[in-house]
Amino acid sequence: MLQLEHVNKIYGERHALNDINIAFPEHKTTVIVGPSGSGKSTLLRSLNLLERPESGLYHFDDLNVDFSKTVPEKEILQIRRQTGMVFQNFNLFPHLSVLRNVTEAPIHVLKQSPAAATSTAKGLLAQVGLAEKADQFPTALSGGQQQRVAIARALAMKPKYMFFDEPTSALDPELEAEVLRVLLKLAQEHNSMIVVTHNMEFARGVADQIIFLEDGEILYSGDPQTFFTEPTARIHDFLSAMNFMIK
Amino acid sequence: MSSSTWEIITSALPQIITAAINYTIPLTLISFVLGLLLALITAMVRLSPLRGPFQIVRGLFWGYVWLFRSTPLLVQLFIVFFGLPNMGIQFSPWTAAIITFTLNVGAYSSETIRAAILSIPNGQWEAALTLGMTRRQVLFRIILPQAVRVSLPPLSNSFIGLVKDTSLASSITIVEMFTVGQQISARTYEPLLLYSLVALIYLVICTVLTILQGYLEKWTSRYVPTQH
Ligand SMILES: Nc1ncnc2c1ncn2[C@@H]1O[C@H](COP(=O)(O)OP(=O)(O)OP(=O)(O)O)[C@@H](O)[C@H]1O
Ligand SMILES: [Mg+2]
Repeated sequence: MLQLEHVNKIYGERHALNDINIAFPEHKTTVIVGPSGSGKSTLLRSLNLLERPESGLYHFDDLNVDFSKTVPEKEILQIRRQTGMVFQNFNLFPHLSVLRNVTEAPIHVLKQSPAAATSTAKGLLAQVGLAEKADQFPTALSGGQQQRVAIARALAMKPKYMFFDEPTSALDPELEAEVLRVLLKLAQEHNSMIVVTHNMEFARGVADQIIFLEDGEILYSGDPQTFFTEPTARIHDFLSAMNFMIK
Repeated sequence: MSSSTWEIITSALPQIITAAINYTIPLTLISFVLGLLLALITAMVRLSPLRGPFQIVRGLFWGYVWLFRSTPLLVQLFIVFFGLPNMGIQFSPWTAAIITFTLNVGAYSSETIRAAILSIPNGQWEAALTLGMTRRQVLFRIILPQAVRVSLPPLSNSFIGLVKDTSLASSITIVEMFTVGQQISARTYEPLLLYSLVALIYLVICTVLTILQGYLEKWTSRYVPTQH
């Protein structure tokens, strides 16, 4: 179980996270939505310590991090090894083949044998429909294919939680669909996931819990049904604006 | 071509080439390899985010780069070979040359390597860090292999520059190619011919290096789609 208590992150004048209190249950999918600049990425990136909030507590199972103190390197690594991250821009390693993108961390971080890591990687690539691309370099792949490799790369570490930061925002609609199908499958298999997305249809279909952020504050957290069917005035405005963009 | 000119060429060329093999090439290779190592360490120290007492180390390396980029190589050679003995530090010509060339090429190349590391998008660091790699692992497995490609052309510049700069070693009594040319020209009164021969050998060495650079660039760019 991941939990944040009274977490604050400030950039200069900007309160990017304002007293965040939230739990991310295991084996469930939490979807984070909200307008641009509301702090969605900052929230997600705080969970794997790519961002360091100024204050607040972070509980990761038995591990307790106090953001107001220096976090020991060992704890940071421990958290990162148990969380996978998929970025908007894929961030595959361009100098490594698709297969080596997936095996690099299992071999050098988890110290798996190359043979074991390779066989796991091939299984994962098959799972995301890219078995035949294993020996290519990432630049030879479409955006949707690259993002599916990125998902396989994160899964290869067998993380407890998977984080997705707008995984389809850089993709054309057809390519978006192929990536969302992979995400949907992961959610249905009861992986623990946190997804930032602008795709409301997908959010509605996949979320067990939904969080609405604005100006660094959580304005809603709870079940998606209520969020979409009985929105507050502010959420209603947000959802209509999103619909306008889609139509 | 008169027969005497031909005679001078056939007797001078082997001597110049021997000097290249005995001095110019080993001086360049040893200094460049050591210089690259020093450059890599310097770049890493200067990019390190460590705070506290480590900042003094960072300051020292900054000072080293500043000093060696801001003074002429010839003056550096003279200080190390002729100057330091005044302080009781005496080097053989070889050692003095290698120390000076290494420090000089290390200072310039450290900036090349630092820039190449900085040119790799931050997303590469982040992706690798989120996979649980340590900073060291990210640097050596993800960032440096990509930085090699970026730094290859400017490092080749430094390498080729060093080949030619080794001629300055003549001023600290090393009998490298240029000195040999000078000596024969003094004997034969054929400076145009002799210095042209010396230039020709530099040209050949640097041409080989340029071709090598081409192959290396191709190999290190194998993962990049064809560029224009
Ligand atoms: N490194 C930074 N330096 C200064 N301000 C930052 C930095 N990163 C984010 N911010 C600010 O913090 C706020 C939250 O940013 P964040 O990227 O978390 O928003 P977001 O909800 O992910 O937006 P988007 O939907 O556009 O991705 C924004 O106002 C942003 O300008
Ligand atoms: Mg964002």
